[in-house]
Amino acid sequence: MGDVVTVHRPQSLAEAVAVAADHPGAHLLAGGTDTMVEVNFSKFKPEDVIALRQISELRSFSVGADAVRIGSGLPYKAMETGEIADIFPALAQAARTVGSPQIRAAGTLGGNLGTCSPAGDGLPVLAALDATVHLVSRAGERTVPVAEFMVGVKKNSRQPGEIISAVTLPRTRGYQGYSKVGVRNAMVISVASACFVHDRKSSSVRLALGAVGPTVIRCRDAESWLAAQVDLSKALTRHDVTDAITAEFSRRASSEAKPITDHRSTADYRRHAVGVLASRLLRRAAS
Amino acid sequence: MTTNEMYSLTVNGEHRDVRDSWIGESLLYVLRERLGLMGSKGACEQGECGSCTVLLDGEAICSCLVLSASAVDCDIRTIEGMSPLGTPSDVQQAFVEEGAVQCGFCTPGLVVAVHHLLEHNPDPAPLEVKEALSGNICRCTGYGRIFAAVEKVVEVRKANGAGR
Repeated sequence: MGDVVTVHRPQSLAEAVAVAADHPGAHLLAGGTDTMVEVNFSKFKPEDVIALRQISELRSFSVGADAVRIGSGLPYKAMETGEIADIFPALAQAARTVGSPQIRAAGTLGGNLGTCSPAGDGLPVLAALDATVHLVSRAGERTVPVAEFMVGVKKNSRQPGEIISAVTLPRTRGYQGYSKVGVRNAMVISVASACFVHDRKSSSVRLALGAVGPTVIRCRDAESWLAAQVDLSKALTRHDVTDAITAEFSRRASSEAKPITDHRSTADYRRHAVGVLASRLLRRAAS
Repeated sequence: MTTNEMYSLTVNGEHRDVRDSWIGESLLYVLRERLGLMGSKGACEQGECGSCTVLLDGEAICSCLVLSASAVDCDIRTIEGMSPLGTPSDVQQAFVEEGAVQCGFCTPGLVVAVHHLLEHNPDPAPLEVKEALSGNICRCTGYGRIFAAVEKVVEVRKANGAGR
């Protein structure tokens, strides 16, 4: 008979970890919305697959006083409304822009992190919230800040034998929003995206840009500049956030982008678009 | 020699063995080419058109984006399972009566999506209908007659005072 090619279907995280340890080179399959496009177009020929669909513990989430832990296999649909959406409006907004209802019923944050496309819709939100990625292997669990997890275009720091089990999102107090530009209003891959989070607890703002660099970009310069201009321990108002401040914030965000020209857009347009997104989100935060 | 495993899927309540299947085959491919269920259509193969929509554990998803062998132990319902053979479901009947079918290619996916919508939301607002069907692309009708068909199903179900 020889070898039987199979798809591993672990029923628990422990079982998945054991299978991944024995098959460190196996392809981990979450919702399938990235992988199967590659397979259908003969760009990827799977040989060894660990399908995570049936692991219920990866599809759960838990809400704590300071943070929310979201299982890597929870579909976007579950983030569009309900408790997660109430706590993280930016995540709900991002989830709603992912593909179609069919895609949102399948796609997951774990898959978004695994693929690590710069245009992944969930990733700017994770970056702006300073999320932590949980990786489980036979050696135990390790956590990585999402900014360190994403290392390049479709490259992350997951090691062979590791499974992305969850992300932890610290709760913030204040406005948060996500916005994206594409060639149409829905069912579209980002040409540029941005997530803005204001946290009164830490007197900080975070701005993360998607699809304008090899990986998601945090605009540290624009963030610290804004913190020096306005009191971030209080809700932002139109009085604090003047047109001049918005314009300069936008300019700084644009200059922190590292866009390229590709089949979806030009670098110039992307740089312009993220600036517009940054000013739009700041204005929304102050209204 | 390398062989592919045999596995079985639960499709419309029946166990169906899948033999000689390549590991990378999508659920759509297996439904059509291995199991002879030609109702689900394949067009874009990348989750954009919705013509391959089926219910997987009660969720409307694109079967072209499901690795078939990962769907073992899942409850798969296709357009063929929406009503007994030869008897249109109320959604199909309404599509016919309202002229919501032109070339018909998108119809099976749309019918599954409408069944899924009305199962969870028996009286959707027009915007909710649009959003629920936003993943099913129809290039013939302009959608007016499809929305009219959904409205009709809602009215008929209300008049009958029951789900179906």
